[in-house]
Amino acid sequence: MTVSAWEAFWLIVRREMRLSFRRPEQLIQPLVFFLIVTTLFPLGLSLQLSLLRDIAPGVLWVAALLSALLSLDFLFKSDADDGTLEQLALSGHGLTVIVAAKTLSHWLVTGLALVLVSPIVGTALGIPVEAFATMLVSLALGTLTLSWLGAIGAGLTIGLRRGNVLLSLIVLPLAMPLLIFGAGATDRAISGTNAAGALYLLAALCVFTCTLAPFAAAAALRITLE
Amino acid sequence: MWTWFYKLASPPYVYGVAAALMPWFLGLALLTIGYGLIAGLGFAPPDYQQGDAFRIIYVHVPSAWMSEFVYTTMALAGGIALIWRIKVGHAVAAASAPIGASLTLLALVTGSMWGKPMWGTYWAWDPRLTSELILLFLYVGVMSLRSAFEDPARGDRAAALLAVVGAVNVPIIHYSVVWWNSLHQGATVAKLGKPSIAGSMLWPLLSMFVGFMLFYGAVLCLRLQGEVLNRERQSAWVREAIKS
Repeated sequence: MTVSAWEAFWLIVRREMRLSFRRPEQLIQPLVFFLIVTTLFPLGLSLQLSLLRDIAPGVLWVAALLSALLSLDFLFKSDADDGTLEQLALSGHGLTVIVAAKTLSHWLVTGLALVLVSPIVGTALGIPVEAFATMLVSLALGTLTLSWLGAIGAGLTIGLRRGNVLLSLIVLPLAMPLLIFGAGATDRAISGTNAAGALYLLAALCVFTCTLAPFAAAAALRITLE
Repeated sequence: MWTWFYKLASPPYVYGVAAALMPWFLGLALLTIGYGLIAGLGFAPPDYQQGDAFRIIYVHVPSAWMSEFVYTTMALAGGIALIWRIKVGHAVAAASAPIGASLTLLALVTGSMWGKPMWGTYWAWDPRLTSELILLFLYVGVMSLRSAFEDPARGDRAAALLAVVGAVNVPIIHYSVVWWNSLHQGATVAKLGKPSIAGSMLWPLLSMFVGFMLFYGAVLCLRLQGEVLNRERQSAWVREAIKS
């Protein structure tokens, strides 16, 4: 029975989703990390909501990037350890399709969950409700872009002993534009000015990485898997 | 027509070319850097706004420019090595990375030394300084990735891919940082207007540019010889080259 590339894509997405929901700790741990990191800032800085509101976009975005980075460890690791990834690579479907399916489903369970939790964190940091829409959209675009960038990094560091630190070292410099535009958009929404420019730039980065990163990540896997 | 290209893929040939070119690059680099330093530090008139402090541009600007040039060279060499499976490309990229990282560090240090008398602080989150810092992080990432693999061939290819991905990102990072700073303008740095530069200031600077470029060529040739010898240490021609 032959399976088209499109069918293979959805089969992998469904498999990944099913696996993730059977191991809910993988889903929950990055979210708890996100909550803990954002709790650290008020403890370390000040209890005043007025001050927190000034730094809220930065805190929120740095915490979101770090938490998304933490969850990248799950992206290929278990499949690489038990040989599933090699079987997928040998299945005859392009590695690009496989990588795209795995990354998209990874974002659906980690990135999207983080976006859904962010209003709680936003409220705690004093972000007004009017700014929530911008915050949610910017985080959704930002975490998706980070997942694509992270897929390249995760592909390059598979099988390395100290891969996790190296992964952060590689991905964080590439993710800095996301932080700038994402925190910028949220900042503007809080101050009530027009955030559309920053959101458009984030969307552009998202489309850019969606189209190119699967190929780069597949090339990375081809180097590290063989 | 393509024979020169094929020749460049042969390690012994590249080793020979690098050995032959090295003294020329080094001699010319010493000449141009020597002229640039003497004319720039000794004879160029002090700037009407910045006084003698402006003279650091004779080191700062060429090193900042070269830091980007070396990154581009590294990414191109890595890309060529990945696409056509030319091992010498990996040797060029591996030899270039520490040079580029050092130049980036030099640009950052001289930049902050210039910042102290001009801005009153060693570090300001100026867009150019910040994107230079991110460039340093990219270099460190590429170098650490290369050394993290036990199999050097795999490390080479992983580092080459990362260098190419980074090269695509460098302009994005640069413009995002510029844009970010324009958001926060006001509290930060008072921008100094770019003075139209006088000839007596310009010629030493151009000479320094050429000198830094030649110096990179000389150090690259030297490091490339080492890289090629190390990578080909099992082959017969290396044993002969070392004997002679």
